[in-house]
Amino acid sequence: MSSKNMTIHLKIWRQKCCSEKGRMENYTLTTVSPDMSFLEMLDLLNQELIVKGEEPVVFDHDCREGICGACSLMINGEPHGPEMLTTSCQLHMRKFKDGDTIVVEPFRAKAFPVIRDLACDRSAFDKIIASGGFISVNTGSGAEANATLVKQESAELAMDAAACIGCGACVAACSNASAMLFVAAKVSHLGLLPQGDPEASKRVYNMVKRMDELGFGNCSNEGECEAACPKGIKISNIARMNRKFLLSSLTSAPEEGGGKQEWN
Amino acid sequence: MSKSFAKSSLYFNYFFSSIGKKQVLAVTATFLCLFTIVHFIGNLLMFAGPQYFNWYGHTLASGPLLPLAEGLLLLLFLSHASLGLWLACENYRARPERYYKKVRSGRGATFASATMPFTGILLLFFLVLHLLHFRFGPVYTIVYDGVEMRDFYRLMIEFYANPLNVVLYLLSMCLLSFHLGHGVQSIFQSYGWIHSKYTPWVKRMGLLIAVFLAIGFSSFPLWAYLKHGVVGY
Repeated sequence: MSSKNMTIHLKIWRQKCCSEKGRMENYTLTTVSPDMSFLEMLDLLNQELIVKGEEPVVFDHDCREGICGACSLMINGEPHGPEMLTTSCQLHMRKFKDGDTIVVEPFRAKAFPVIRDLACDRSAFDKIIASGGFISVNTGSGAEANATLVKQESAELAMDAAACIGCGACVAACSNASAMLFVAAKVSHLGLLPQGDPEASKRVYNMVKRMDELGFGNCSNEGECEAACPKGIKISNIARMNRKFLLSSLTSAPEEGGGKQEWN
Repeated sequence: MSKSFAKSSLYFNYFFSSIGKKQVLAVTATFLCLFTIVHFIGNLLMFAGPQYFNWYGHTLASGPLLPLAEGLLLLLFLSHASLGLWLACENYRARPERYYKKVRSGRGATFASATMPFTGILLLFFLVLHLLHFRFGPVYTIVYDGVEMRDFYRLMIEFYANPLNVVLYLLSMCLLSFHLGHGVQSIFQSYGWIHSKYTPWVKRMGLLIAVFLAIGFSSFPLWAYLKHGVVGY
């Protein structure tokens, strides 16, 4: 806590609303503590802007613990900034040098329109989830936990995929703004477990279909999503989704899996 | 909704879905890779001498299945190119406003992977020129054992006597190595054939095939130029 304050130059995207054209604005902060998180640094900036009577910078945040997926900043050209496996809120200013210029932009994709400044509308992910990213269970008392056997390897793979917090960094990093890694994580996390297996075929088909309708790009197997993911979701999940989607398309009866069936 | 309609709409959806298009692209890519390897092996006969090379060309050209093979190849190239362009256009439209600053992580995209549509388009131009120069090029004939056939050997030697043609060919082979460098391993990912045991080998094999084919194909015009372009046919 004894570290010296830093001076940070910021280039921040300012945009009034989605229909208006945005632009880069320059700001300079002279009292940034290296112990601050990136979002605390933005709080400091906003405090200064409010005191000056200017509009504060709008950005998404919630838990600030790296588990909710609300923060969505493109920092120096990388989603969630330069540190691997870290969300914007868990990125600390000590990762930058005194006098650095930091470019901050919103995640950019046709399916993620900018709401204002650095906040973008990621409800497209919710729409994909609503098309099949869940399991159907009977209500009533909980089932006996040991009644359903789960293979250890499946449980591990499902848990790895379940680490996805749905922040959208994969879309932001992808040169095609593709949502494949997100959808693949959900398809794997639910489909690998016995509770999600009965609807697995219908799930992968409907989720991919919804993803396509929402205007996300296609996967070109580059792996930028995997590199940017703060939770380390692997593109092997996309490979699993590719083969499950093919099987679902070729084998399942349409009245069970495909077509226009919607749950919501 | 009748069952048959539902079924047909299901397959329709598969072929027009993001993953379906990628997988059809991968299927066409697989056959094009195999064709490229067979084409390379066949061309090795030029090192054996003009008779062998010309007999090989004659056997292929006079075979009853030639129109079928050529038609299939045309279909493969056209579908691969058009699907690739379609995907590239969709990908471009998926991000209407570009980033002010974007850096590659260094752990994912490569120069080869980022330039797939461009290397693909340039290779298509190369392919058209290549066909115009050889398949639809000047017809020289030669007679071996009383059989008249096209003298592809002479055509090749004369064409690569011009160093400009050699340089253009070598540049095209660089493009091919980039395209295959990302493409071969990408085929496996699109099919969903990925495993921690064999995927590292698939990636190495993809790079090896890309470099080997580019160097191998480059040896033909270089050899033709050094052997006959400089010395004279």
